Amino acid sequence: MNKTGLQLQQVTIRFGGLTAVSQVSAEIHPGELAGLIGPNGAGKTTVFNLITGVYAPTEGNITFGGAPLAGLKPFEITSRGIARTFQNIRLFGSLSVFDNVRVAFHLHLKQGVFPSLARGPSFHREERQLAEQTRQLLDIFQLDRVRDEPAKSLPYGDQRRLEIVRALATQPQLLLLDEPAAGMNPAEKVELMKLIQFIQDRYKLAILLVEHDMKVVMGICQRIHVLEYGRKIAEGTPSEVRENPAVISAYLGQQPDAAPVQS
Amino acid sequence: MPSWLNRSQLLLMATLAVVGIAQSLSGRLDSYILSVAMGVGINIILASSLNLINGFTGQFSLGHAGFMAVGAYTAAVLTGRLAPQWSPLFGGQVFLLFPAALIVGGIVAALAGALVGAPSLRLKGDYLAIVTLGFGEIIKVIFQNLEFVGGAKGLNGIPDYSNLLWVFGTAAITVYTVWALLNSSYGRGFLAVADDEIAAEAMGLNTTRYKMVAFVVGAFFAGIAGGLFAHLNNSINPSGFDFNKSIEIVVMVILGGMGRHIGVILAAILLTVLTEMLREFGDYRMVIYSVLLILLMLTRPQGLFIWPTRKAARRQNA
Repeated sequence: MNKTGLQLQQVTIRFGGLTAVSQVSAEIHPGELAGLIGPNGAGKTTVFNLITGVYAPTEGNITFGGAPLAGLKPFEITSRGIARTFQNIRLFGSLSVFDNVRVAFHLHLKQGVFPSLARGPSFHREERQLAEQTRQLLDIFQLDRVRDEPAKSLPYGDQRRLEIVRALATQPQLLLLDEPAAGMNPAEKVELMKLIQFIQDRYKLAILLVEHDMKVVMGICQRIHVLEYGRKIAEGTPSEVRENPAVISAYLGQQPDAAPVQS
Repeated sequence: MPSWLNRSQLLLMATLAVVGIAQSLSGRLDSYILSVAMGVGINIILASSLNLINGFTGQFSLGHAGFMAVGAYTAAVLTGRLAPQWSPLFGGQVFLLFPAALIVGGIVAALAGALVGAPSLRLKGDYLAIVTLGFGEIIKVIFQNLEFVGGAKGLNGIPDYSNLLWVFGTAAITVYTVWALLNSSYGRGFLAVADDEIAAEAMGLNTTRYKMVAFVVGAFFAGIAGGLFAHLNNSINPSGFDFNKSIEIVVMVILGGMGRHIGVILAAILLTVLTEMLREFGDYRMVIYSVLLILLMLTRPQGLFIWPTRKAARRQNA
């Protein structure tokens, strides 16, 4: 595990005249469970897309483990140890649950076109090993019983879980979860919180969580970064953020007679 | 499940053996039947290789006839025009010269595939279809204007080296290649790219590379099919590799059920035999053919030869 984690330095991105993210700096330490919150349209998903290489920042730097991520394609960033899930679930719908996870082990696969055709002993050894790893991972997250079902036929909660498991199969050091609790009922949210904490405990990785549900964020995050209109307005522990006047006014609006807030 | 995997290689060997026996008996077969049979084999190669691109990897290529043309012309020039220069290398032995010419044809077609693929595989869906369509037309026009290979008249007097063994041997290898490529952890990536490219990229898959491999492998076998076609018909001309030919192959893939191994083979057999059977209707042949296609698409839009897989059937019974 690298010592420096993920660093965003003065990151800005403009789409035409619109500055979606402006001068955002943040640091996610190794092994930390961090949250990224903000009202709708604050630029949270854009920050994810910047980190994962979907967009390149207009200004500023993003480094992971001390190495810059600029100019890397999304699959290269994944190979550096950053995996993600999507706000709208993006599974490989027609593939089985098993294959969804197996494909994600791809980064750690030695084989390619010619071993697949020749099918020698080392090919079979690697396939067996991979099947075993996949089975174990599915087992841990109780998806083993549906391993042969096409991913799109799973219930919503299982699809969310499978997406997280698939991301874990890339063996990341940093896991980005984009609104994992969206569309879940309260009981499922409690399950999800347990799941996230379990993952952090077991795999010792850093997790950055974008989430609207304050109960989830405040309940599990160690550190919270708050965005509004593409700017970072606050950072701190859940209780610090909860007391922060700038955050309160961003979420609830300002009381007309209240004193202007210093930020 | 290694025993199962080995079975596939066994099946390939058995197919090759059966084709070998068939070839040794082919002297007694009617030559028309024989040529239709070889036409079937060539279409199986074309349809299976296009299935890798259009069916499994989810790209939409309309340029398969173009790759076929590249392979056909390359192989024909090698066995015809250039044979005096290089056939001594093989001691003038046809059974060595011919496969060498086919493979060179396949490699040149694969290079053409890489050349077209490199700039255009970033495009999706309809846009890629248009680029590959354009490529096919460019190839046709290039051959029409190359006097070296007969221009619009085409090449004649190509030796008839194609026989059942070469055609069905290649078909078996093509089907095996596509099957083996997909049935591995590496190969599941093709299906992942087809399902969701953004997610595939986020899971660390180099999607451009996957698409490129599909394109190059597909073009390679299309080129070999072209070589076999040239040495079956003894003559080729550029208009034989036009847009219609590409569409014909695409129809086989769609009718067989995109991304189905067996279905696409059955569709290739059915459509080849069907076109032959409709010959007696003369000018109305293509009208009947088209009407049949429309009927098939209306009644079986998911493909003609789709049946529930064993796993799905088990699920339904449970």
